[in-house]
Amino acid sequence: MNQSINEIQEEIIDEFSMLGGDMESTVFYIMELGNHLPPLDEKYKIPENLVKGCQSKVWLTTSFKEGKIFFLADSNTEVTKGLISMLIRIWNGRTPKEILNSDLYFIEKIGMQRVVGSQRSNGFASMIKQMKLYALGYQQKEKV
Amino acid sequence: MTTLTENKQILFDVQSVRKKFPALHQKVNGHPLVYFDNAATSQKPKEVIDALSHFYEKDNANIHRGIHTLAERATAEFEETRKAVQSFIHAPEAEEIIFTSGTTGGINLVAQTYGRKFLKKGDEVILSAMEHHSNIVPWQMICEEKGAKLKVIPITEAGELILKEYKKLLSAKTKIVSIAYVSNTLGTINPVKDIIKLAHEAGAKVLIDAAQAIIHIPINVKELDCDFMAFSGHKMYGPNGMGVLYGKRELLEAMPPYQGGGEMIKEVTFDKTTYNELPYKFEAGTPNIADVVAMKNAIDFVNSLDRNAALIHEHQLLQKTMSGLAGIDGIRLIGTAKHKTGVVSFVSDRIHHFDMGMMLDAKGIAIRTGHHCTEPLMNLLGIEGTNRASFAVYNTEEEVDYFIETVKGIIQKRKK
Ligand SMILES: Cc1ncc(COP(=O)(O)O)c(C=O)c1O
Repeated sequence: MNQSINEIQEEIIDEFSMLGGDMESTVFYIMELGNHLPPLDEKYKIPENLVKGCQSKVWLTTSFKEGKIFFLADSNTEVTKGLISMLIRIWNGRTPKEILNSDLYFIEKIGMQRVVGSQRSNGFASMIKQMKLYALGYQQKEKV
Repeated sequence: MTTLTENKQILFDVQSVRKKFPALHQKVNGHPLVYFDNAATSQKPKEVIDALSHFYEKDNANIHRGIHTLAERATAEFEETRKAVQSFIHAPEAEEIIFTSGTTGGINLVAQTYGRKFLKKGDEVILSAMEHHSNIVPWQMICEEKGAKLKVIPITEAGELILKEYKKLLSAKTKIVSIAYVSNTLGTINPVKDIIKLAHEAGAKVLIDAAQAIIHIPINVKELDCDFMAFSGHKMYGPNGMGVLYGKRELLEAMPPYQGGGEMIKEVTFDKTTYNELPYKFEAGTPNIADVVAMKNAIDFVNSLDRNAALIHEHQLLQKTMSGLAGIDGIRLIGTAKHKTGVVSFVSDRIHHFDMGMMLDAKGIAIRTGHHCTEPLMNLLGIEGTNRASFAVYNTEEEVDYFIETVKGIIQKRKK
């Protein structure tokens, strides 16, 4: 992991700006992003791993190694999978503190709400919340 | 072939109808809007939109009991719509037309008044497997309260009610049968006339949920002999937030009022209140006056159409869409009943409906995706949801061609 959280955010902002606001290219681009996620083993696709507040099904699971969090996720819809893949790209292999202190300004910069609509935007916020909750949990465990 | 097309154009001039709908003439995501979400709500013709602003600009006043000129005008226009609805659905009396907030409002009214008064423990209410949540939940609520039971008419694979099973469900215990005239998810036109007749033979009353039928099918409540009918203005080119409940006078008379308040009373003392006559007994409080007034313009619009030609036009759109989609690899049609209105549900074996909906929207096409408020039907069919395209008179064959081509393109792109 050599790129910082903000460097990756800048990268995403650049990629979106190259799409020039064309809706079709943007949707396909988001779905394409999801294709790069490593597959999630079926055994993790259980109700307990579903992110609450998403209209689509989003399964999220984590592991914690040497102070860093690793996320695995999948979704039954491609757009949603693309969305969570952006978060994983930014936050994978970070410490809980890095995740909790990060400011995801790219969301506003790329106009997420306009791109994916308000329902999916809310779902996206739920994914962020769930990932931060994991970070908080690991942080507290570390302290004990 | 050319003569057929020519005939069609003579039969139904869709372009001049389209001109009346301002919302249709815009680009969405860089493409001309194709509005195929008419089962959720239809667009409104200019005369309905104008009537709304005209009312607020010139005639706005609270209705009834006013002696000033504006109150007179507003009241007269409000009551004009009642008469227009009466003749539109061929109700015997204008007092049998109750203004509600929509289909949902009408069904809840009947469940909470007729249902509350006449349902007893052990009684049964019959619905069908294809009902909208609005025609399920109000009955569940009152049945739970009264200890009555819900019974469900099953459907075939094609999405048609199994009348044989319906007959078996009917008994002396059946008090109410509440059925959609047309399914919002499958488009199936149910044989409501037979359903009503059979229910009456068993001594039950029938509510017809005409939310999806009202825009397509000419309706005659007298001929159908239904006891109640509910529909929404916004699903037939009219404004939001107004709906109609028709009920036979003797039943409406026998029902207790729904909500208490102004307008629905005759005389109020702290000891006792006597209720107003029909229809006001069921119209407590200041109603949605402007929207009711503008509803008359929606009815006038529908009456101005050659309804037969409109039906044929919509049927052609339906046929073309069904056969176009059926020809695409990996697409399965949901709802293939013999008698259908312009509603086409479909699923793809590889593209989730949320993704499909979003990709179509990127191309300017508006469809609805999900369970369409018919979760029990989705469970029965073993699917999570569908993509649903639904038509109105202003849709064109060119739009259908573009839609089919776009779906094809999306599926090809996702294949690789
Ligand atoms: C068959 C059916 N019933 C009831 C309703 C509820 O209508 P409203 O939301 O206007 O009350 C709908 C709306 O989609 C419907 O399609």
